[in-house]
Amino acid sequence: MTKTVAIIGGGVAGLETAKQLNSLGYSVKLFEKTNTLGGHVAKWDRLFPNKRHASEVVSSLTLSQGNTQTLTETTVHSIKRENQGFVISANSSNHEADAVVLATGFELFPAEKKEEYGYGLFENVITSADLEQMFKKHGKPVMASGHKPVRIAFIHCVGSRDEKVNRPYCSKVCCVTAVKQAIEVKEALPNSEVFCFYMDLRTFGPGYEDLYKEAQSKGVTFIRGRLSESSEIEGGRVLIKAEDTLASTPLKMSVDIVVLMVGMSPLRSTNKLATDLGLSINADGFIAATDLHTNPTGTATNGVFVAGACTGPNNITDTVNAAKATALDVHNYLSR
Amino acid sequence: MIDFGFTPLVASITDLDKANVNLAKQLTEQDPSFALCISCGSCSATCTAGQFTKFSFRVMCHQIRKGNAKEAIAEASKCMLCGKCTLACPRNVNTRNIISLVRKAQTTTP
Amino acid sequence: MKLEGKRKIWNEYQKDIADDKYFYVRSCIRQAVFPGSENTYLRIMRDVLKKDVHESAHHTTCTGIGYHTEVVPFETIQTVVARNFALMREAGYENYTPSCVTSFGIYTEILDTWHHFPEEKKRTAEYLKKATQRDFQEPGNMAHTSDIIYKFRHQIAEKAKYKLVNRITGLPLKVVDHIGCHYAKMFPEKGIGGAEHPHVLAGLIEAFGGEVIDYPERRHCCGFGFRQYFIKANRGYSIAASKKKFESMEPYQPDLILTNCPGCNYFMDRWQYALAEMEGKTYDTQGNGIPVLAYEELAGLMLGFDPWEMGLQMHQVGIETLMDKIGIPYNLSEKYKGAKGEDLGVPESPRNIKFYK
Ligand SMILES: Cc1cc2nc3c(=O)[nH]c(=O)nc-3n(C[C@H](O)[C@H](O)[C@H](O)COP(=O)(O)OP(=O)(O)OC[C@H]3O[C@@H](n4cnc5c(N)ncnc54)[C@H](O)[C@@H]3O)c2cc1C
Ligand code: SF4
Ligand code: SF4
Ligand code: SF4
Ligand code: SF4
Repeated sequence: MTKTVAIIGGGVAGLETAKQLNSLGYSVKLFEKTNTLGGHVAKWDRLFPNKRHASEVVSSLTLSQGNTQTLTETTVHSIKRENQGFVISANSSNHEADAVVLATGFELFPAEKKEEYGYGLFENVITSADLEQMFKKHGKPVMASGHKPVRIAFIHCVGSRDEKVNRPYCSKVCCVTAVKQAIEVKEALPNSEVFCFYMDLRTFGPGYEDLYKEAQSKGVTFIRGRLSESSEIEGGRVLIKAEDTLASTPLKMSVDIVVLMVGMSPLRSTNKLATDLGLSINADGFIAATDLHTNPTGTATNGVFVAGACTGPNNITDTVNAAKATALDVHNYLSR
Repeated sequence: MIDFGFTPLVASITDLDKANVNLAKQLTEQDPSFALCISCGSCSATCTAGQFTKFSFRVMCHQIRKGNAKEAIAEASKCMLCGKCTLACPRNVNTRNIISLVRKAQTTTP
Repeated sequence: MKLEGKRKIWNEYQKDIADDKYFYVRSCIRQAVFPGSENTYLRIMRDVLKKDVHESAHHTTCTGIGYHTEVVPFETIQTVVARNFALMREAGYENYTPSCVTSFGIYTEILDTWHHFPEEKKRTAEYLKKATQRDFQEPGNMAHTSDIIYKFRHQIAEKAKYKLVNRITGLPLKVVDHIGCHYAKMFPEKGIGGAEHPHVLAGLIEAFGGEVIDYPERRHCCGFGFRQYFIKANRGYSIAASKKKFESMEPYQPDLILTNCPGCNYFMDRWQYALAEMEGKTYDTQGNGIPVLAYEELAGLMLGFDPWEMGLQMHQVGIETLMDKIGIPYNLSEKYKGAKGEDLGVPESPRNIKFYK
């Protein structure tokens, strides 16, 4: 009899795991709570490091699903162990499976928690995710009034590396995202002035340092200092303050748009699913790996596996790699 | 001695072989959060005192770590104890307490 | 500005404030520089709101200013604070209401210290016992007096004779708020509305029909500091902090600056005078300066209290322009008369800022 695998979450992690298990001959049920597949990546316009369209990645993954049974607008509320398998309850109906993969991803840091930055208060303070939407819709950033912005500031580490909001870890992808978005702004609005406020620039992946160099050569200014506060001034513009730590002087400037590089936060609803299944949560709030080096995708509970950003901040490459590893783990488990 | 009309310059580099880092050690013991600063500058950016003087909590801590305790202690008196920096620090450095400890060090550190 | 965003923050930072039976402690600075304002608060509480407010003649300064200038050691200030707490319980009260923001900060900080370091509290209890034979208990509830006025703002506004509205144009008056640093910057959860977007004064302005103006340097310190003002050589630095604020609010042309800390009330007022005399500039368009009031002074004015009885002649920037805009009648010939009608003498006129006599 074909064994069934339930995958919770239809982001790139869930899609890749489903694709692999499908080609290995399993019956795969993919649960996705929203009405579209692709998770967060479906909301992005173009991707680092090569500025390719995110829709290409999402469609290549969705088109290679084969027999995967995808259930969109289906939120998984609880997963219970029963006999040798699992019962998954989603939208008040139950589904049986022999193995479960949690690929529930992350949530964006709610930027309004950094009250001093003014998100949700000042109309031209936006997040990196909002900017992706603008790129998708207009191909460029626009002020709330519809005007063309001249000065744009990117603020790194919003909701990351910050004990005050209980997010002590680095989100890994936001430095390079800021660099990528800064380049895109310069390309769309060549006369604009673009500033990146950073504490440490962490551009560690293949091609990332090249993006950093490209941004410099396109005239993006990098200021080593963290935003301390922002205030709204005339015309809905924003006054921001930081220390230029390399010059050891406080600095202020007014800009048309402030882009907050929001971090990747643990998705709270996942914690309940995970703890019900006997998984543990690490100090940062993500699902803990059994062994960080040798078993990053396994869990302490037989038959339960994890993939993607529900285990911590990651880019697409690492997420897809994790998904492939998870699929192999599931296969080994089901054919034991 | 002969006056040549010039004298050899004194080295201005930080010499960590000669630096006296006792105050840094003492502060870390009294308030371990002293060691956690990542020099982000949020404290100094928001600081009332730093708007009108060269005072910077970040630079003061850095001077202490490099062994320039004397200058740092003199700087500490500029703080207004308003507490804004404590609110801003992403590493939960207990800034006001460290200022108080540095001010006390005035009278207690050898 | 998206107001819903602010309302969300305001709703998150609310705190429990007792309904009645308050133990009241005065502020050294307020007593000295705005002598009528404490009385105004008591009048509002007792006569208008019919609340039980108890004062003890034995209470002392919190010694906060001495503490912040490193004259008074931490052990001493803790003991003094414990003594004031002891007086409250002896009088049969448990709701502590300090009228000074510096004190409020001191009390909050000490209660927090005792929470995290119980040994400090134990030692303080021993010192207090040795020194005064008293025992103390922490307050059941503690709120700054501006919190209390905030709590009853709608009741006060209902009884008010006036509104923060321009009598001629019918438009709301523009008010900027200035919150004392030690009100919420150290402990944001202890302030109504938190530290970044406090509601404690904004709520009062709204209740009286005024328009709250947000200006970029709203959160900046008034510059009092402690040793920064008390040492004359440092005063340039103190006045620069206020100047930065005035420059930042100037484009909005506010009709009033509202404060909740006696020190801020003093500096926002007096430095306007000093800047006018030093640099020949006021930050309004009429050469009058921007009137400055504390929360209870504003509430008193709205309730129709006589401005001179409240001691508003102690303000260096004339309140007259504000009263004219609202339509509050006042008698200039009584401005410098004492309580029994005796002549107090008219102060020397400043040169570069309007003076009403
Ligand atoms: C601003 C920003 C820009 C980025 N840009 C890039 C880039 O250019 N290049 C790159 O490589 N990476 C980028 N990343 C990282 C990338 O978004 C992540 O690596 C990727 O989204 C992780 O995929 P995931 O499937 O693990 O999680 P997600 O994308 O979060 O997908 C999880 C899915 O699970 C669903 N789900 C959650 N709980 C349930 C439930 N209980 N029941 C049913 N469904 C559920 C969610 O609805 C979601 O669709 C960026 C990240 C950010 C924040
Ligand atoms: S990747 Fe960069 S912006 Fe993101 S948390 Fe890390 S250091 Fe901050
Ligand atoms: S090369 Fe290594 S040391 Fe240098 S920035 Fe990258 S990760 Fe850090
Ligand atoms: S407490 Fe001192 S160091 Fe901190 S912001 Fe205020 S004045 Fe600056
Ligand atoms: S805010 Fe904190 S981490 Fe940043 S420089 Fe100041 S003390 Fe260091």
